[in-house]
Amino acid sequence: MSSYSVAEPSGAQKLVAGALVILYACITSLPLLWIIATGFKSPSDAIAYPPKVIFEPTVEGYVNLFTTRTRMPQEQLDALGPPQTWYDKIVRKDGVIITGASRFAGRFYNSVIIGFGSTALCIVLGTAAAYAFSRFKVPFKDDLLFFILSTRMMPPIAVAIPIFLMFRQLGLSDTHAGLILLYTAVNLSLSVWLLKGFIDEIPVEYEEAALIDGYTRFQAFYKVVLPQAATGIASTAIFCLIFAWNEYAFAVLLTSGTAQTAPPFIPTIIGVSGQDWPAVAAGATIFLVPVMVFTILLRKHLLRGITFGAVRK
Amino acid sequence: MAQIRVQNLRKDFGSFSAVKSSTFTVEDGEFFMLLGPSGCGKTTTLRMMAGLELPTSGEIYIGGEEVGMKRASQRDIAFVFQMFALYPHMNVRKNISYPLVSQGMKRAEVAARVADVARILKIENILDKPVGGLSGGDRQRVALGRAIVRNPKAFLMDEPLGALDAEFREHMAEELRALHDRMGATTVYVTHDQLEAMQMGDKIVVMNHGVVEQFGRPQQIYDWPATRFVAAFIGSPPMNFLEFEGSIAAGGSQVTLGGQGVQVPVSREGLSGKLTLGARPEHTRFDEHSALRGRVLATEYLGTTQIVTVRTDHGEIKSRIPSNQHARVGETVGLSFDARTLTLFDSLTGRALLSEANEGVLGHV
Ligand SMILES: Nc1ncnc2c1ncn2[C@@H]1O[C@H](COP(=O)(O)OP(=O)(O)OP(=O)(O)O)[C@@H](O)[C@H]1O
Ligand SMILES: [Mg+2]
Repeated sequence: MSSYSVAEPSGAQKLVAGALVILYACITSLPLLWIIATGFKSPSDAIAYPPKVIFEPTVEGYVNLFTTRTRMPQEQLDALGPPQTWYDKIVRKDGVIITGASRFAGRFYNSVIIGFGSTALCIVLGTAAAYAFSRFKVPFKDDLLFFILSTRMMPPIAVAIPIFLMFRQLGLSDTHAGLILLYTAVNLSLSVWLLKGFIDEIPVEYEEAALIDGYTRFQAFYKVVLPQAATGIASTAIFCLIFAWNEYAFAVLLTSGTAQTAPPFIPTIIGVSGQDWPAVAAGATIFLVPVMVFTILLRKHLLRGITFGAVRK
Repeated sequence: MAQIRVQNLRKDFGSFSAVKSSTFTVEDGEFFMLLGPSGCGKTTTLRMMAGLELPTSGEIYIGGEEVGMKRASQRDIAFVFQMFALYPHMNVRKNISYPLVSQGMKRAEVAARVADVARILKIENILDKPVGGLSGGDRQRVALGRAIVRNPKAFLMDEPLGALDAEFREHMAEELRALHDRMGATTVYVTHDQLEAMQMGDKIVVMNHGVVEQFGRPQQIYDWPATRFVAAFIGSPPMNFLEFEGSIAAGGSQVTLGGQGVQVPVSREGLSGKLTLGARPEHTRFDEHSALRGRVLATEYLGTTQIVTVRTDHGEIKSRIPSNQHARVGETVGLSFDARTLTLFDSLTGRALLSEANEGVLGHV
């Protein structure tokens, strides 16, 4: 039962609503589709004017994304003999040979480690803190909760300079641990508040029942509370991941090599061999995949999470 | 199964005392009711017995062992919550077997016990359903199943029928009582419904404002209330109270009420000042010769009996008389009481005075 009731919409209303939803979906997905399409264009198609909607797809952008290449005079190319692999063949027709792997895979890997690492840490710490705030008598609870929230009241980048200096002192610049810590710190307030809301909604009787059924407090927490908080944990995780995954400013500031994530790296592709838009688009496309997969996997939870409380349990 | 003894139990929440020095004993195998109005500390008492709340002071003995500071899991008791608290992420079978799994019991034995319990409660057909879609009655049965599957020392139930609709409550109450009689398990049952308590309980504790007002068998409590509160809380309609200024001597058997003598059971204590005479409506009858007179305000037909409300100088008095007896609104009638059933209360403290009649019930307190 819902807390309010609405009349069944008429056919015409449904039609209008459906049309609006589809229109909105088209508008929001257009840039996304354009990026994905550009990744499969040749460099000349990518910058063609008027823009090409129909084009001959090629994976050249993807090959360029993952490799470093060098241009060679035709006679030297001829001396090399025919190209050995399918990706050699693709670049050879532009008079270029592949000299090695690019750093994209490494940067992408950094993004995965840092994004998922900080999300996991955020969830673990956030759940523990939220559970404590929700269930136990904590001295100055309200003040502490407000303090935690207040850490989110200014844009994080406002403290960029102190953080930069601090990281240099502590040797955290350009390390995975450094960015994981930073993203966790930024996201933790959101995570504590969101999760506390979800845990507050779980009646305490379930844990008490488990205590009486012979379980310890900790067992009651992870066998009874956690499964029921799954919805909240999933939606919180998505919010945390999206922030950490997309974060650009701190990544530019605090990483340059070993720990650099994909967002600051992708724009640098442009300069390598002319304006290689297909390679950039390919990078952006691949970059989108993990968050999309993660969100799709958790989407049921996410939807339930967002409408949580509106539904009678 | 075990006896449960509660001794001077107290619970403070900050400066507020939810339970003030409760003492009572639940005998082995008894169906014991914890009765009182909302907020009187019933749940708090029960939670302390279960180990979900630690007492501020006092002792709790289960089977002779002091458990006041022990963890809930070490007390070997089962608790049935008002809203049942079935684990929503498990199906019925898992819910029932959950207390056994914590003991590390072998799978085959768990399955056998669950099957047993399901048979007793007649829920074999829903064992593999999720608990979400169950009806109130079925949820109640699953909650009971989870409680009895472990064979605990005692069952503690906090208004277990409170979430059911009135029609079904009665049925479930009977089922519950039958189940208890069959298993002979010590049961402590919290309720604010005096009828439920009278119907189901072997013994009743009546609480008010965190204080145990009286403790005894339903009939004893009904006939010989220890305080005015108990007399008013139990019975429907409640006991009639006639307040007057007067006195009674130890050994005396008459009080003077509005200039007229009223016979009461031989008193064991003397008191003069503000007194209250308590008479159950069914012990209040029409009597043309009585000097206690009043006008009939209303009659309420109840089948074989009727409740007649009479306005007198001592307030409104209700009388339960056979429905074939004549009573018309507006007429003036005389009232008298069955002397052997009356109770005198000290109006200031609300305490019942000891008399020949009630000393058997109240004497031990
Ligand atoms: N954790 C707590 N903190 C503060 N006060 C509490 C707490 N638990 C209970 N109380 C107070 O103690 C009093 C007794 O509560 P309790 O739940 O035992 O009443 P009850 O007799 O079970 O009432 P009901 O019939 O409404 O369930 C109430 O006034 C309640 O507000
Ligand atoms: Mg209660």
